[in-house]
Amino acid sequence: MNGPHDLGGQMGFGPVAPEKNEPYFHAEWEKRALGLTLSSGALGAWNIDESRHTRESIPPADYLGASYYEIWTRALEVLLQRHGFVTAAEIDAGRKQSDGAMPKRVLKADMVAGVLAKGGPCDRPVTTAPRFAAGDKVRTRNFNPTTHTRLPRYARAKSGVVEAVQGSFVFPDDNAHGRGENPQWVYTVVFDGGEIWGEGADPTLSVSIDAWESYLEPM
Amino acid sequence: MHDDDHDHHHHHDNRYTDMQARVRALETVLTEKGLIDPAAIVVIVETYETKVGPRNGARVVAKAWSDLEFADWLRQDATAAIASLGYAGRQGEHMRAVFNTDDTHNLVVCTLCSCYPWSVLGLPPVWYKAPAYRSRAVIDPRGVLAEFGVTLPESKKIRVWDSTAELRYLVVPERPNGTDGWSDERLADLVSRDAMIGTGLAAVPENAR
Repeated sequence: MNGPHDLGGQMGFGPVAPEKNEPYFHAEWEKRALGLTLSSGALGAWNIDESRHTRESIPPADYLGASYYEIWTRALEVLLQRHGFVTAAEIDAGRKQSDGAMPKRVLKADMVAGVLAKGGPCDRPVTTAPRFAAGDKVRTRNFNPTTHTRLPRYARAKSGVVEAVQGSFVFPDDNAHGRGENPQWVYTVVFDGGEIWGEGADPTLSVSIDAWESYLEPM
Repeated sequence: MHDDDHDHHHHHDNRYTDMQARVRALETVLTEKGLIDPAAIVVIVETYETKVGPRNGARVVAKAWSDLEFADWLRQDATAAIASLGYAGRQGEHMRAVFNTDDTHNLVVCTLCSCYPWSVLGLPPVWYKAPAYRSRAVIDPRGVLAEFGVTLPESKKIRVWDSTAELRYLVVPERPNGTDGWSDERLADLVSRDAMIGTGLAAVPENAR
C-alpha cells in the first residue's frame, strides 16, 4: 500500500539530528513496549509481514507523528484485537473482562534467550530456478496495491541491474494477508541515482533494493 | 521561537505520558490474561541493554581487518562468519557484509520500516527509525552524512542499501592507517555503531592524524 511508511525520497522532515550517546530507551514505557511486542509475537498468531502491514496501516498523521515504539504499540493493539486475544473495551479499561483466544505458546522468562537466538529465518526452498542472474538488466513493475508490498514507490517502473541472487524467501505481499508463504527468489537490484531521481541527482549515487522475483521484468 | 520550542516539548511530554499509560494498560490486560510473562520482558530488555549491541559488530569488523581469511568468509557467507563469533539470531538471520573501499562508501537504510541487523548492532537508534533519515538517505546521502560530520571526497561513489527484504546489512568501514599490529580488541574500539551503518567512518588513531 502507498502508506505513510513508504518514505524514500519524501521531503520536509528536517535534519536527521543524531543524538550524542543516545540511550537505548528514552522512557520506561519504551522498554515495556519492546518486551510486549516481542512477547506478543511469540504467541504465534501472526507473522512479521502482517505486523509490518499493521504498522503501515496506521493513519498517516498518527504514523508520522509517532515515535517508533509508539508505532509498535498502536499496531500491537490492533493485532491483539484482530486475533481475538483482547477487546477494545479491555484495552480502554486496562483490565481483563473475558477469556479470549488461546495462544500457541506464552513466552516465559527462561525461554527468551533461546527464542532470540533462534530468530525467525525467512528463507524457504523453491522448486524453480532463478529467472534472473547477476548482470541481467531488469525493470521493476509499476503497481499500486492497496495491500502489503516491499517494493517502495521510488523504485517502481525503474531500470536497474541484478547484482546478486540472494536466495529464496517468504513472499511478504502474500504472507501479510494469510495467503501463504509462497516463497520466491530475491535479488539485489542496483539503480543509478539518475534513473530514480532524474534531474539533479547525485552523479555518484547508486541505490539498491532487495526485490522478490515477481517485482521484476526482463529488459 | 522560544514559545514554539516550549509548545513542542510540552506536546512531546504529553505524548510520552499518554504512551506510558497506554502501554501500562496493555501490559496489565495481557498479564491478567496469562498471555505474557512480565519477567520475560525484563530478560528481553536486559539482553539488548547489556549483551546484544554494537560491540558485537565492532568485533566482526576488527576480525575482518586483521584476518584476511575471515574477511573473505564474511564476503561470501556473512551469516556463518558472524555466527562463528557467537552472534546470530533475531534480525540477524540473513546477514550481508558490505565493504567500504577507496572508491565506494556504503550506507544502509530501511525506507519502509526499521530493518536493522540487531544481532551485531543491537537496537536501532531513534534517528534510524525516524522519517528524516528514512526519507533522505536514498536521495541525499551526502546531506545526511554532513549532519553526522562526515564529508566524503566528491569523486567517491555512494552506494545506498535499502533493506527492503530480510537481508540485514553490516558495513565494514575502511581500516584506518596507523593500526598495524593492533589487537582485535583495540581495533574494535575504533569501530562505532554509525561506522557500521555507514553514517560514520572508523576512528583514526592519534598517531595517524
